[in-house]
This record gives sequence, C-alpha cells and structure tokens, in this order.
Amino acid sequence: MDYVLAALVGLFITIGTYLLLSRSVIRMLIGMTIFGNGVNLLIFTAGRVTQEIAAIVPPGLDVPEGPIANPLPQALILTAIVIGFSMFAFLLVLAFRAYQSLDADNTDTMRLAEPERSPTPPLSY
Amino acid sequence: MATSSPTTDLPIGMLDTVTAAADWVIVLPVALALMGSAGLLMFRRSNGTPLIGALIVVCGIIACEVALLLQVLANGPVSMTMGKWLPPFGISLTADAFGATFALAAAIVTLIVLLYAELDRAEADGRDAFHSMVLLLLAGVTGAFLTGDLFNLYVWFEVMLIASFGLIVQGNRPMQLDGAIKYGFLNFLATTFFLLALGLLYGLLGTLNMSDIMRVAPAANPAAMAGVAALLMLAFGMKAAAFPVNAWLPASYHTPTAAVSALFAGLLTKVGAYAMLRALVAVLPASRELLEPALGLLAIATLVIAPLGAIAETNLRRAIGFVVIGGIGAVMAGLAIPSLNGIAGSGLYIFHAILTMTALYMVAGLVEKRTGAADTRQMGGLYAASAPISILFLVLVLAAAGVPPFLGFWPKLLLLEAGLAEGVTGAAPTWLGTAMVFALMINAVLTLIAGSRLWAHVFWRSGPEGEGAEHASTSLVALDGRGRLAFGATAVLVVGIVTIGLWPGPLMDGIRAGAADIADPARYVAATGLAGDAQ
Repeated sequence: MDYVLAALVGLFITIGTYLLLSRSVIRMLIGMTIFGNGVNLLIFTAGRVTQEIAAIVPPGLDVPEGPIANPLPQALILTAIVIGFSMFAFLLVLAFRAYQSLDADNTDTMRLAEPERSPTPPLSY
Repeated sequence: MATSSPTTDLPIGMLDTVTAAADWVIVLPVALALMGSAGLLMFRRSNGTPLIGALIVVCGIIACEVALLLQVLANGPVSMTMGKWLPPFGISLTADAFGATFALAAAIVTLIVLLYAELDRAEADGRDAFHSMVLLLLAGVTGAFLTGDLFNLYVWFEVMLIASFGLIVQGNRPMQLDGAIKYGFLNFLATTFFLLALGLLYGLLGTLNMSDIMRVAPAANPAAMAGVAALLMLAFGMKAAAFPVNAWLPASYHTPTAAVSALFAGLLTKVGAYAMLRALVAVLPASRELLEPALGLLAIATLVIAPLGAIAETNLRRAIGFVVIGGIGAVMAGLAIPSLNGIAGSGLYIFHAILTMTALYMVAGLVEKRTGAADTRQMGGLYAASAPISILFLVLVLAAAGVPPFLGFWPKLLLLEAGLAEGVTGAAPTWLGTAMVFALMINAVLTLIAGSRLWAHVFWRSGPEGEGAEHASTSLVALDGRGRLAFGATAVLVVGIVTIGLWPGPLMDGIRAGAADIADPARYVAATGLAGDAQ
C-alpha cells in the first residue's frame, strides 16, 4: 500500500509541476492544487499507513492496547488542507480579478509590473 | 509518535505545573497581535479608531517583547509549552536572543510603518481593514521568530502569507493584481515545498519539534536528511528571495503603496532568511555541512548579481528591491561559514536589514510622493527642494552598502572576519572563505555604486532626464500634513538606525549571545525541557 501511495504522490507532484510550468494562470491554479494534494498525501504516507484503528485509549488503561493509526499526520494534513484551500480560494479570485482588469490569462501578456521593453540603464553619472 | 515508548506514563507526558507568569511574555506578543487584528475588524467603519487601536496593540507587543528580550539575555532561552502536553508532544514556543531581538525589531518597524501609512490613506479608506491585516502580518512574523516547532513555523508562514496577500492587492490597481499573481503563486509554492520537506522529515524522525529534531537527527540516514535540508533550503530561499529564485520580489514589491512595500521589505524576506538560519545551522547542522558548497555558491551569486540589477534598474522601488535581495546574500554568506562570527554576522545583518530596508522603501515612498513619478528618469531636482529627504536617503544607502559608521558596517565586519578566518588566516584555508570575502567586498562596492547613482539621479540632477535644467524643477509637490507625519516617522527610524550604528556595543553583545546559542543549542534544548530526558 505504501508503495502505491508513494507512486501516486510522485504522479501528483509530476502533474502539478507540469501544469505549474504552463503560461495560463488557470492551468497554474489547477497545478497548484494537484501539487498541494500530492504533498498532503505525502504527509499521510510518511506518517505510516495502518489499519483504521482510532487512537482512543480504552478505559482503565494508560496506553492503547495494540498498534493504532497515527493521529498526528491526520492533524497535520487537516491543517494543511484548510490552509491550502484558503490560499487556493484567494488565488482563484485573484486570477479572476486579474482576468477582468488586465484582460489576460497568459502570464506572458501580464507585463504591467515589469514592462516588456524595459528602459536601458541610465547613462548619466 | 516514534519517540514515545508504550510504557509512557501520563504525568511524564503532561505538564502538571502552571507556566510561570514571567514566561507568558513569549506567547503574549502573538496573542495580542491576533486578537488585535480580529478586534480591529469590528471598528473598521469608524474613522481613526483602527489606527489608534493598532498603535496601542503594537505598543503592548513591544512592551512584552522588551520584557522577553531582557529575560532571554539574563537567563538564556525561554520556552513555553502549549496545551499542557510536554514537548515533543505539545507545541512549544521557544525564544532565544535571535528570535526575541528580531521580533522586537519587527514590532518597532510595524509601529513606525503604521504612522507612515497615513501618507497614502485618504479619509474614505477606513473600511479596507488595512490595520487588521498589518497586525495579522505582525502576528505571523512574530510567531515565526518565536516558535520552537517546525510545523508551527509553517502555520506562521501561511498566516504571514495570507495577510500579505490582503495587503498587496489593497488599492486594487491593475499593476498590483499583476504583481500579486507572481507574488502569490511563487510564495504559495515556496510554503508548499516547506510542507513537503516537513512531511518527509516527520516520516524520517517522527517529530517536528526543533529541539527534539536536534537530538534524533544525528541517528537518521544522512543522505535522506540532506535531501530534506536541501528542500528546506529551496523553500526558505524562495521566501527569502535568494538567487536564483528571487524573480517574484522585483516583480511585486514596487506595486503596492509605499507603506506596504516597506513593511514587506523589512519583514517577509527576513523571516525566510531567519528560518533558513534556524533550520540549517541550529536544527540540522550535519546536513548543512553537506550542502555548504551549494549554500556558499548561492550566497556569492546573490551577493554579486543582485546589486547589478539595482544598477540597471530605472524604477526607484524596483532598484531598492534588488538591494534587498543582495542583503539576503550576506545572510546566506554567514550560513556558509558558520563560525561564531559568521552566525553573529548573519543575525546582525537580519536585524540591520529589518530596519534599513524598511526605511529605504519609506524614503522612496516620500520621493515618489514629492515627484509624482515612480521612475528615476522622471525624477530630479529634489535636493534643492528638500535637503532632509536627500540626507535620509544617502544615510540609508551608506548603511545598506555597509559603510562605517552606519549600522550595515557591523554585520559585514563580522562576516568578513569569519570569511578571513575560514579562507585566509585559518589553519586550513578554504576557497569558500576567500571567495566569500571577495563577494562581500564586491557587493559593498556595487551596492554603493547603485545607491549613489540613484541618489544622484533623484536628488542631484536638477530635473527629469533630458530637461535642460538651469532652473529649479517646478513639478515637485509639497508634502501635506500626512506627508509631514510620514516624513517624521521615517526620520525617527533613520535616527534610530544611525544611533545603533554609532553605539553598537549592547546589540553586538546580545547578538553574540544569540549566535552562541545557535552554534551550541544545549541551552535552547534545555529550555524546552528535553535535555535530561534519556531516550
């Protein structure tokens, strides 16, 4: 199971990287999401995948009886998912606003902040 | 968790005593900033209240951080564990001299920028929650400086990032949206890389507490750890805008208002540089040693290439952006030669950059206000109209280049000493130390050339480019009341920078103490309560 998940993580990161290299902002957004999900899956896999036994200590004992599912990676992923989702939501709105006011989805044509034909360095002094 | 044994008894894992009241100063700055940010949202419709509220909150934060810094300097690193679970189970906030000093510098800079920001704010701007977002940014920055847990550091990075997203698009001009796209994607990608490294680190070591990592890392597979360290270097390098992953900074930092640029320049990249220092030198020293040639080459490239960008650039704030990037090279130089002097030099440079880079952008904002232009080709003649602004700019240029007796000289001195000890006078001279000395000198000269050219074009030339100027330029705008407030705030910061530069003794002592704790983290680990715990 670990190997399948590890291969899946690799696949996610590959697709995410490929889409992030695109010029289209929408493709980059999708790439970002896939990349982020690959990372979430990686945390899950790195935390060791086990049978779904909840991390609950039975009454009367100080520690659980047998091996349990590690709760910490789940907590880490939950945090990462929430953060990743909010960032994605912001970037989505930003891409839409940029499309509205710059009339551009292609990053090559977004040259307001860095003009394409940048002026030559000043020669005086 | 991998480090826990099945026989763990509950009292060992739990904290049964109440944290000493004095230790609360470590969590108060972050808590105050977060609560202040949320509270100010409620007052955002009223005129003036958000500013006053934010000033009060930041003053409270500064008071807590001064107390924290004094405590750290007197007794060594301070740690506080959240939620009663002892580390490595609970998340601990741990402050040493570096973290406490930088957090204090960040809060002071924020206080000044809050006043300065009135420059670009009109009466109708009350509803944009600017002050809330500044406090949120400060919360993220302070948390990142004070945390003792890598995953917690990731969360603070994201807090910082979302607040900076909000700030960079404020004003809603098309150019800002353009800059924000580049800033947003690349910084989000950097934190995702950081998360990737954390996932692998957790898989390898079973812990993310910095002190705990220091204990268990030597037993792990060095090749795997070097991979994790390289990923961390990439992630923090992107956040810090080190060469070659610096493209987002000159693309975005000149687009928002001058106050936001100043805040970003002072705080954001420095947190990345600090995180790199903490993670590579203190937490994973063995892996850093493997990465040393790469770190050194990147530092040299950043040092040499960035000021060349500043020389070539005609947009004033973009040119200063390249000066900011060059400073990151100086911080990385210390990471590549981490003797006590090298670490102290890096730390002192971060402190200097927090103050100086903010002030540089603040002066640039004043210049843009007076000339009504963003490009140095359309500026000129400001010296005749406003000598004080030109003096502020010149002082900051000299400070950034590291000309004595200004603040920037002292970290460069420490770094040069470290480089000479490593490359020339040491027992076994290395090429890296020698090359670093040359790179630092070249960086100082190039930064000085770039800065003095900017000064000459903006202030000394009698009018915009091509104007046959025998007479004073007529296109300059006088500063109004808000402008004079902004000028006053800038002047206060610059006077502070000059004073510390002329009297660096106490600061040097504090930074040396902090560097000793980074080089030998025994006191840091002991503060979190993990040292005596044999596993």
